[in-house]
Amino acid sequence: MSTPTGGRGRGRSDRARDEARLGWWLAGPAFVVMLAVTVYPILQAFFDSLFSYRLTAPGDKAFNGGRNYVVVLSDPVFWRAFLVTLVITLVTVLVEVILGFFLALVMHRAIRSLRGVLRTAILVPYGIITVVSAFAWFYAFDISSGFVNHWFDWVPGIDADLNWFAHQGTSLFVIMASEIWKTTPFISLLLLAGLSQVPGELEEAAQVDGATWAQRLQRVVLPNMRAAIMVAVLFRALDAFRIFDNVFIMTNGANGTTVLSLLAYRTSIGRLEIGLGSAISVLLFLCVIGICFVAIKLFKVDLASARGEA
Amino acid sequence: MKTLTTRMKVGWAVITLVVLVWALLPVVSIVATSFKLPSQLDLGTFWPKSWTTTNYEQILVGSAKDLFLPALRNSIGISLVATFVAVVLATLAAYAIARLDFRGKRLILTTALGVSIFPVISIVTPLFNLWRNIGLYDTWLGLIIPYLSLTLPISIWTLAAFFRQIPWELEQAAQVDGATPWQAFRKAIVPLAAPGVFTTALIAFFIAWNDFVYGISLTSTSAARPVPAALAFFTGASQFEEPTGAISAAAVVVTVPVVILVLAFQRQIVSGLTQGAVKG
Repeated sequence: MSTPTGGRGRGRSDRARDEARLGWWLAGPAFVVMLAVTVYPILQAFFDSLFSYRLTAPGDKAFNGGRNYVVVLSDPVFWRAFLVTLVITLVTVLVEVILGFFLALVMHRAIRSLRGVLRTAILVPYGIITVVSAFAWFYAFDISSGFVNHWFDWVPGIDADLNWFAHQGTSLFVIMASEIWKTTPFISLLLLAGLSQVPGELEEAAQVDGATWAQRLQRVVLPNMRAAIMVAVLFRALDAFRIFDNVFIMTNGANGTTVLSLLAYRTSIGRLEIGLGSAISVLLFLCVIGICFVAIKLFKVDLASARGEA
Repeated sequence: MKTLTTRMKVGWAVITLVVLVWALLPVVSIVATSFKLPSQLDLGTFWPKSWTTTNYEQILVGSAKDLFLPALRNSIGISLVATFVAVVLATLAAYAIARLDFRGKRLILTTALGVSIFPVISIVTPLFNLWRNIGLYDTWLGLIIPYLSLTLPISIWTLAAFFRQIPWELEQAAQVDGATPWQAFRKAIVPLAAPGVFTTALIAFFIAWNDFVYGISLTSTSAARPVPAALAFFTGASQFEEPTGAISAAAVVVTVPVVILVLAFQRQIVSGLTQGAVKG
C-alpha cells in the first residue's frame, strides 16, 4: 500500500487529493513497517510450516503438505499445552477483572489524598519487567530461599517441605499469581477510565430512588461500563494467551506447565525444528484470531468505537 | 462533601494498607533478597539476617560483571532506538490520522490494533531463521526491527488519541497567516503535542524494556542480549551456588529507574494508557 494514485473520484477537489497524498506520505512509513515486521514473518511461518525442515539438516528440506499440522495436532503434548494455556487465560482474566474492578472502584471512591497513594502503589507492578516479577514470585515461593512456606505454614497443606514448583497445580498457581500481579494495574486503569464515564447523575438518581449499592452497581454502573470492560477483557485475554516469560523463568515447562508459546519456542529455537515450530506458531496465531473473532462477533466488542475511533 | 465517620476512616485505612501490601510486597521481597548473603539465602526469612552488598558488587564489578553490564548497555541502547524510531514514525502517522481526511485511516488503525495483538512467538521462528541467514542474528538491529512490532502500534494508538485533543484551530490560524501545512505542523502543533509524544515514548520504552521472547530467541551472546534474557542465563559464583542473589540485585538495578520514571510521570502514563483504549 502506498500513495494512492490521484484522480480517483473526479468530484474530489485538488485540496482533498493533496490531503490524501500528505496523509499517506505521513502514515505510510509506519504502515509499511508494521506490515513488514508482522505480516511478512507470519507468511514466512506459514510457508515454512508446510515443509519438513530442521536446521540441523537444512539440506533435507522438503515439502510435506500439511503433515506438520497432522503431527502437531495429533500430539497430546500440544493439546496439554493448549489446555494449560486456556486455563491460565481464563483464570487470570477472570481474577484480574474482579480484582481490577475492585481496585478501580477503590481509586474511584477514595478521597483525593488516598487516591494518589493508591494509584502510585498499583502503578509499581506495571513498571516491573515481567521477568523480574517472575523471579520475585519464584524466590518468594521457592522451597529453599522462599519465605512463603514459613509465613503461611498455618494454612493447611502448606509447610516448610512444600515444593511449589514440583507439582502442576501449585506451579500454575504461582505462575498465575505473578501474571495477575503484574497485569492487574493495566486492567484496573482501563476500568477506572470506564468508571469515570458513568454519568454521576444516573447513579445519584438511582440512589435517590432508593436503589441499594449492589443494585446501582448492577443496573447503572456495569451496563454503562460494558465497552470498557469488554475491551479490557479482550486485550488481557489475548495477552494472557501469549504467556511465556513467567513460565519460562519459573518452571521452564516442567510438571505439566508447558504453554503454547513455550512449546513453539522449544520446538523451533530449542530443537531447531523450523517446520514443526512454524506449524505451532501458525496455530497459535489462529487461536488469537479465533479469540478476537469470538469477542467481536459473539460479545459484540466494538474495538473501533471503544478505542476512541469514531 | 460529607465528612468521614470513624468507621469509614478505618475502612479506608485498611483498604489502602491491603492495596499497598499487595502492590509492593513482591518488589520489597526481591529487594530484600538482593541484600542477603549468599550463604544465608536458605534461612527462609523475609529480611536479610545481615545486610550485604555482595550481590551488587558481583554484578557491577565482580564475576557477573561481564554478563550484566553488556546486557544493561544492550537493553538501554536497543530499547531507546526502537522507541525513537517508533515514536517518529507514529507521530507522523498519528498526525495524519487525527488531522487529515483520507481513505485508509481506519485501515492503518486496524492494522496497528492487529499488530499489537500479534503473538510474538509466531514471528520469532521465521525471524530466527532469516536473521541467521542474513547476519542479523545476535545484533542490535536484529532486535530493534522486531521491537518495532511492539512499540509502533501502541505509539500510533496513544498518539492518535492525544492528537485528537489538540486545538487544531491554531494550525489553521497559522495557515491563514501564510504558513504551509508543514510549517503549521512544526511551529504551532509540535509544542502542544510534545507532552503526548513524551508520554508515548515512555510507554513504548517500557514495552521494549520488558521484552523477553525476542531477547532470548534472537541473541546468543552478550553482543546483543538484553537484561531480561541475560537474567535467565545468570549462574552462581561457583557451580554449587544458586545465582539467586545476583539475579535479585540485577533485577533491582533494572527495576528501580523504571519504577521511578513510572511514578514521576504517573499522571501522564495513566492518561496515555487509557486514552488510547477508552473513549474519552
